[in-house]
Amino acid sequence: MPEKHYLNDNYGIRSWLLTKDHKRIAILYLISVSVMFFVGGIFAALVRLQLLTPNAELFQRDTYNKLFSEHGINMVFFFLVPSVPAILGNFVLPLMVGAKDLAFPKINLMSWYIYIVGAAFSFAALCAGGVDTGWTFYPPYSTGYAKTPVTLLAIGVIFAGFSSIFTGLNFIVTVHRMRAPGLTWGRLPLFVWANYATSIIMILGTPVLAITLILLALERAFHIGIFDPRLGGDPVLFQHMFWFYSHPAVYIMILPGMGVISELVTCFSRKRAFGYPFIAFSSLAIAVFGFVVWAHHMFVAGISTYSALVFSLLSFAVAIPSAVKVFNWTATMYKGSISLETPMLYALAFIGLFTIGGLTGLFLAALGMDIHIHDTYFVIAHFHYIMVGGMVTAYLGGLHFWWPKMTGRMYPEAWAKLSALIVFIGFNLTFFPQFILGYLGMPRRYAAYPPEFQVLNVLSSAGASILAIGFLLPAIYFMYSLAYGEPAGDNPWNAKGLEWQTTSPPPTHNFHHTPVVTEEAYNYGAPEEVPVAH
Amino acid sequence: MDQQREASTFGMWVFLLTEIMMFGGLFGAYLIYRIKYYDAFVAGSTSISVNWGFANTLVLIGSSFTMAMAVWAAQKGNRKWQINFLILTMILGTVFLLIKAKEYYDKYEECHIPGHIIGKGFNAWGGCKLDDPKLGNIAEEMQEHARNSRRPVPADAFVEQTAKQTEIFFSFYFAMTGLHAFHMVIGLGLLSWLLFRAWRGQFGPDYFTPVELGGLYWHFVDIVWIYLFPLLYLINRTRTGI
Repeated sequence: MPEKHYLNDNYGIRSWLLTKDHKRIAILYLISVSVMFFVGGIFAALVRLQLLTPNAELFQRDTYNKLFSEHGINMVFFFLVPSVPAILGNFVLPLMVGAKDLAFPKINLMSWYIYIVGAAFSFAALCAGGVDTGWTFYPPYSTGYAKTPVTLLAIGVIFAGFSSIFTGLNFIVTVHRMRAPGLTWGRLPLFVWANYATSIIMILGTPVLAITLILLALERAFHIGIFDPRLGGDPVLFQHMFWFYSHPAVYIMILPGMGVISELVTCFSRKRAFGYPFIAFSSLAIAVFGFVVWAHHMFVAGISTYSALVFSLLSFAVAIPSAVKVFNWTATMYKGSISLETPMLYALAFIGLFTIGGLTGLFLAALGMDIHIHDTYFVIAHFHYIMVGGMVTAYLGGLHFWWPKMTGRMYPEAWAKLSALIVFIGFNLTFFPQFILGYLGMPRRYAAYPPEFQVLNVLSSAGASILAIGFLLPAIYFMYSLAYGEPAGDNPWNAKGLEWQTTSPPPTHNFHHTPVVTEEAYNYGAPEEVPVAH
Repeated sequence: MDQQREASTFGMWVFLLTEIMMFGGLFGAYLIYRIKYYDAFVAGSTSISVNWGFANTLVLIGSSFTMAMAVWAAQKGNRKWQINFLILTMILGTVFLLIKAKEYYDKYEECHIPGHIIGKGFNAWGGCKLDDPKLGNIAEEMQEHARNSRRPVPADAFVEQTAKQTEIFFSFYFAMTGLHAFHMVIGLGLLSWLLFRAWRGQFGPDYFTPVELGGLYWHFVDIVWIYLFPLLYLINRTRTGI
């Protein structure tokens, strides 16, 4: 390990809380986002406990409503959205483009503080009883009928949103202005492309969510009548405005994960990315298409048949760039010399699970089919295959991949492989039964269900407890590795990419000399290794 | 230094893009309701003071001019005029907010406010009856509008229903101008920070990025008003006159 690096450059709580170093801010995000993930996970566990039995025996129905709402809100706004961009992206994106830091280090730190304020509001709402609106805040649940602290939580989500806006703004300017000499757009790592596309959605979509929730808060505070039908407002308008952000937000949550997978697949197949420009531009295509499919969440909300037709068609179209990526990853692996280290296990899990999640999304985009399975557990299973099977898997894969770079130490490989396996088994056991439940007609968000659904629900809850072990294990062995892990060396995976050319952990200014890029990304199989530049 | 300036300016434009989307959501919602409740929106629009709105438009355009001059003075390294123009801009911004406050107060007096709880603890359409002399103007204006546009004069029931819908117009009026005014307040904060730095002589031909970025923001807020003014104040004024 190098003598001087960003972790031991200076000490003390001030040096962390006032840091402008993107690497330290990434660590701050890692800690706070993990806390939120843990909280969201507890609510998920309680939901699954309740559903062990058909008759709502554990919690009151009102309490159950709060459990799934808090689970969704914590996971979506405080974990999934910031997970890969704000933690992994913050850490490796400047390294990948060969920059000393992000374009605006102070704004980067500010975005973390804004996130913390948002999280504080969300905890305040939790202490005030928690909300029961579902993560979607639909009026009239959130306006006239809500007796819960919706406003507090809405403010929290607005803050979390602005935190991601500032992260996105930083990424866009950094990618445009701070690339190392020789690092042309065509040589950018695909993780950077994916985060760039994500940032575009963040800066264009998130403000619309902000204004929607501001109007919701104003409606609750001053009774301005925009969404509440009692005041003359239109609840469907809220759904339009909410999904205008929240559908693209689904891509905020999955695109960075796809970027991680592109890195993992190339590195552990020792091959160039098959169809690099297609993977890069499919990210942008997803970002663009993502903005014109929102109403597929509203096929049964009373929108016109013709607009439903158009939105259905566009929703099918967004499957194309996603499929392009899947085909390119598999083609990259074809005839590669694949080694099954932990990150690659996660990448393989991602490709399979994401494909299932994506294909079932097409069921939901089909108008007739959607009427049958709308708001059932089929939808739950579908988006958990994308969000957990896809994004969380990619996040864990990326965390294992870059952990040696972040800390300078290796995690215990055997334990990591075991936990990857546990996650995969636990995940499928949790969510595959939910496809069947949904298809049979079990609605989402109900505290009780007919007894004939119990077997599948018990299977799902059992899977959830296995999944929980799979998530707890990495938390334990990552901590363990901080003290006892093998020193990793600069480039434990023998990977390409500028982040592997500096020391592990990197020095505060990332590179001792500004790196110069002379080859395309993922130039694996080149005759000789690139000399390590310190 | 040049790279930093480029990056900051680029970053500011990206931020303004975010702001455009934020106001865009609000404008979109406004347009939908305006199509849905056109008559009510005309009635609501007729009841707000176009004179004050116009005066405010002039004030803001003036402040944009003084802001541009402040940037120019900073580029030239003229400390005295930087300070003068920044102060002028702040004065004009404050005048705008004062006029806005007066307009809000008038609306409050006339019970042209949304909701149940603002003000005297009543709904604008519950506590203030439609035949309240203060409120009569909305109904009268609607009848007047119908006469002038040579449409059949609406029945009382229609007037009453539409008058209720004007509450949504006022919801948007307060939300949109309120969000704009909030941006003005932030702008004034930025200006005082710039003033402090200009007073300490930190800006000159080599370094004026903060003034330039503050200017960009100020012009943006100005442009939002340029859209708000016709959308809120000038709906179908052509026949009824001012």
